[in-house]
Amino acid sequence: MFGPGIWRLGRIVDPMTEVQRLQREMNRLFSGATEIYTHDFPAVNVWRGENGAIVTAELPGIDAEKLDISVVGDSLTLSGNREFENLKEGESYHRQERAYGRFARTLQLPFRVDAAKVEAKYEKGVLQITLPRVEAEKPKKISIKVE
Amino acid sequence: MLTAKKDLTKQPAQAQVETERTRTAKVYVPRVDIYETKDSIVLVANMPGVDEKSVDITLEKDVLTISGSVEPLNFNGYSVAYAEYDTGDYQRAFTISNEVDRNRIEAKVKNGVLRVILHKAEQVKARKIAIKAE
Repeated sequence: MFGPGIWRLGRIVDPMTEVQRLQREMNRLFSGATEIYTHDFPAVNVWRGENGAIVTAELPGIDAEKLDISVVGDSLTLSGNREFENLKEGESYHRQERAYGRFARTLQLPFRVDAAKVEAKYEKGVLQITLPRVEAEKPKKISIKVE
Repeated sequence: MLTAKKDLTKQPAQAQVETERTRTAKVYVPRVDIYETKDSIVLVANMPGVDEKSVDITLEKDVLTISGSVEPLNFNGYSVAYAEYDTGDYQRAFTISNEVDRNRIEAKVKNGVLRVILHKAEQVKARKIAIKAE
């Protein structure tokens, strides 16, 4: 429903997001097979610094070439596909717990991103995207003169 | 005379020995797919953050244990603003039967996915039995 605006979380607890989180937790408890689909996928962590933000996501076993990352203004969209392993004839599953299928997720950041300078790397199944802030909008340090 | 009531239902297996870890890092159970092919059993585990150096596979008696350690990410000049997932080590153990050839277990890691191939022992490979018509 709402994109998780990161400025909202951490400082003031948004009651709506809290309700949704609770609902998700409940769904997770009561449903076995569909649990993974009730979550936003992929789960992300966001780091913030002076120059922008870094977003990381755990995406094991994905073809990095087919992963789509796009940045428009202050929003970041990740989309891709977790390919199903096609078993040959005569092969069968003992258990299947990993999730498959298409996913897409959009995050809204608290600043505009300099799209040309965005860097992404995929290592050990972890995606890491560096999102620098638009240069002109960076906070200026104001020095105080002592008279 | 009444005999003591016996519980005839099957009891689920319990972990043999509960162990504690010396490190305080969180431990996660990786999600696993296991499938069987004609001559092997393949175990595929999602372990993001793990590479070939940080994953360990041990086979002791009937227990195959996979474990992986993950170094938590840290970026200089950045601090966590919002977190949906946590990183930690992975551990999971499976009991394997005699049909697996213990000397031929292969494992590889790619993009945070561990793949363990347990080859079946020669004598248990399914043989096709021809049925003769009379």
